[in-house]
Amino acid sequence: MKFGIMVNEGPYTHQASDTAYHFTAAALNNGHEIVRVFFYQDGVNNGTRLAVPPQDDRNITTRWSELAAQHDLDMVLCVAAAQRRGLLDKDEAKRAGKDTDNMAPGFNISGLGQLIDAGIQADRVMIFGD
Amino acid sequence: MSVIKKFLYVNRRAPHGSIYALESLEVVLIGAAFDQDVALAFIDDGVYQLMLNQDTSGIATKNFSSTYKALGDYDVNKIYVEKESLEMRGLSKENLLPLTYEDEDDDWAEKDSIQIVTSAELSDIIDNQDLIFSF
Repeated sequence: MKFGIMVNEGPYTHQASDTAYHFTAAALNNGHEIVRVFFYQDGVNNGTRLAVPPQDDRNITTRWSELAAQHDLDMVLCVAAAQRRGLLDKDEAKRAGKDTDNMAPGFNISGLGQLIDAGIQADRVMIFGD
Repeated sequence: MSVIKKFLYVNRRAPHGSIYALESLEVVLIGAAFDQDVALAFIDDGVYQLMLNQDTSGIATKNFSSTYKALGDYDVNKIYVEKESLEMRGLSKENLLPLTYEDEDDDWAEKDSIQIVTSAELSDIIDNQDLIFSF
């Protein structure tokens, strides 16, 4: 089956991103296809490479990055949601005159059209968040 | 052949106090460009999103309520408001923004976009969708 994944909550405060990750990994390990993982609302905060969680805890962002590298996952942060919340890739940082970007490997910034497109392509869209 | 799916956006929260209503509307407006079958539902405190005469000056946030009036121009003209949610809040259609669209199949006659539906009717509408985004 082709799944689209939408993540609407940031890391750590809620379990939504953990559950989305475990679902995505399980789906891939069982031979399903993930059309795209789309991060919206506070979910864009999953994409920052500047978070430093304690070493005895999971690193949610790194875990997503590794999954993306292993499976060639398309992981997209909504640009409007990301700009509001200070998630910038190199181009966005330069355009906004900021001194750094904070995009973790495997995450890309694109538009909401990518969410609709995933909805059209996928057999099911799974939504994680409040 | 291009696929046309039925998208329903369910709006459950008050327009202010959180960003859910605004970020739902942003998805709807972008999604409208994809030529899909789009409908909106407003239930629970979500019915407040369509209230007339919203004024956010006291909380210094953006008053985006006028944006709903543009939905008709984006061919988003199926707007379902749950009757029970309105009644529980002492509201009726007269308290809501007069959202309209021009019906191209009826000589561009101006028609109401808002339909007040019962909870049972909304259940059937929800059953009939391909994709539901709930905010």
